[in-house]
Amino acid sequence: MLKLLDGPQTLGRGRIFWSCFLAVLACALIYPLFADSYDVGNFAYFLIWIFMALGLCLMWGYGGMLSFGQTFFFGIAGYGYGVLAINMGGGTTTIAALVLSVVVAMIAAGILGYFMIWGGISGIFFGIVTLSTTLVLAFFLGQTAGPEWHIGAARLNGFNGMKGMDPLTVGSFDIEGSALYYLMIALIVVVYIALRMLVNSSVGNVIVATRENPQRAEMLGYDVRKYQLLTFVIGSGLAGLSGALYTSWGQFITPSSIGLPAAAMPIVWVAFSGRNDLTATLVGSFLLLFGFQTITVYSQQAALVLMGVLLLATVMLAPQGFVLGMGKLVVDWWSRRRRRDEAPALADTARLQSDET
Amino acid sequence: MSAELFSVFYQFADVFAFLILSAAGLAIVFGMMGVINMAHGEFIMCGAYVTVGLVNLGVPLPIAQILAALTAGIIGMIVELLIVRRFYKRPLDSLLATWGLSLIVTQSMLLIVGSAVRGIGTPEGSFAIGGYTFSTYRLVLFGAAVAVLAGLYIIFMKTRFGVIARATMQNAAMAKALGARTGRIYSISFGIGTALAGLCGALYAPTMTLIPTMGATFVVESFVTVVIGGANVLLGTAPAAVFLAMIRMALNASYGQIIGQIGMLFAVILIIRVLPEGLSSVLVRRGR
Repeated sequence: MLKLLDGPQTLGRGRIFWSCFLAVLACALIYPLFADSYDVGNFAYFLIWIFMALGLCLMWGYGGMLSFGQTFFFGIAGYGYGVLAINMGGGTTTIAALVLSVVVAMIAAGILGYFMIWGGISGIFFGIVTLSTTLVLAFFLGQTAGPEWHIGAARLNGFNGMKGMDPLTVGSFDIEGSALYYLMIALIVVVYIALRMLVNSSVGNVIVATRENPQRAEMLGYDVRKYQLLTFVIGSGLAGLSGALYTSWGQFITPSSIGLPAAAMPIVWVAFSGRNDLTATLVGSFLLLFGFQTITVYSQQAALVLMGVLLLATVMLAPQGFVLGMGKLVVDWWSRRRRRDEAPALADTARLQSDET
Repeated sequence: MSAELFSVFYQFADVFAFLILSAAGLAIVFGMMGVINMAHGEFIMCGAYVTVGLVNLGVPLPIAQILAALTAGIIGMIVELLIVRRFYKRPLDSLLATWGLSLIVTQSMLLIVGSAVRGIGTPEGSFAIGGYTFSTYRLVLFGAAVAVLAGLYIIFMKTRFGVIARATMQNAAMAKALGARTGRIYSISFGIGTALAGLCGALYAPTMTLIPTMGATFVVESFVTVVIGGANVLLGTAPAAVFLAMIRMALNASYGQIIGQIGMLFAVILIIRVLPEGLSSVLVRRGR
């Protein structure tokens, strides 16, 4: 199992990489001891969105499916958590609400994915169908202001959003502040490691082979549609996890976290970071979220303009992503300085390049 | 009886016009270059703002609308020259680039002009048939949609430009080898596409509130119409609009706008399961 951590589909391996990984993890773990609780809460907020970015990285970078629907599943699970937490009562059942809401998002992904993947649409149309679905959900939730729009005791409340659900709770202990922060760190480590193993496993190889050339993969005897659906469900489920955690973090959710411009954000993070690698996405998304939050304090519009500029600059100047490109530069420079044999590293890098067909 | 029939036709015409006007520009760009212009909604917004600005300066509405469409077309050609041109071989990246552009434009407009602009009222005028009254402007919109389709038919089927454009569409390399300036064809097609988007905004400007994010109101309809219609505007987009308008009209009448939109989306998702290439693939194959 552990052998799958390093492999041809992920960059960064060997003792140096994993030492850095442990060092960053250690810093993250002792951070709350030094920072005040407000900053810890903010950090937890950035980490919420990482799952959505990793999910998109899996679908787009590894599976070659450009989904614009991350916020659709974010919204389904976010509202799902709210509805379930309100109706099932607070306390430990909120954990069940979290799990169930992610399952609901995955079922929705399964249904939507079945129609799109078995229908054989891909590329551009995959993007615009998922985006249309997302926008329609946002419009729908936006007009549910009246009292007749409720699920059980949970009012949907239109543009003002749903509120009044409990945060994640175990017994009588609310998971908030640094407890939530540690939960996020643990979840991110688990998800990151699990995704690394997935993409380096035989399943992951088929997913990447499908991205490279679906027909060839099919000729080799794989039902590529099943692998695509699996990728789509996992990637969208991760967006759902972000959504449920988001609702529990702030105890509210509004349609504006589903529609435009929110739907563009995961695309910006992953494109800027480098969609072909999980580590690059993890690092890049965190940096972007941090920067975005810093600017949003002054002007949300300016922050969004900057996001647009970054997206445009990425596709025009570094289509493979800025963080990934930087990482490769650093690694090249390092290994050249060490005069190591860098041939295998280059061969692997080359394998990650998709031939844009 | 005839009053009821006309009422049904009127509702159909209303939805049909909305679908055709919002999708035609997108469909032309997609059909010619295989590129989906994610900033389509922003060109619609541009058309609406230019119209309202000119009308507030005292320009008569129809002239303001034509000028707005021309403005959007010229801006579109500039955008094609600076950005879209680089991405014809990378359609997915063109999606991202135009989306980035869309974010920049929408949010800059929010920063610069703020959220609300004084609108212009819908042109007065209504007529009655039986016990019902109808707004004349809605029929003008339907007429405009039909005129757009007719205009596209003439441009692409009856002119020299159309012949070269269709040749480029079928096989760009061959057309180029035969001496067609494909770069210029692409540029003009993109300009026509964005001018139609501007026209859509110009025509709907009097009927809605002007906000920088208004483009989002149109994109779902334009996306699904193009998805169903496929690459051919006349044989794809138009029948797709007829079909979707009938679904939408039936649902709108009984359950309201939002259910109409959701129902239309469900219909589209069901259809792509059976017709992934869009309606035009079926119609074109039959035609051969």
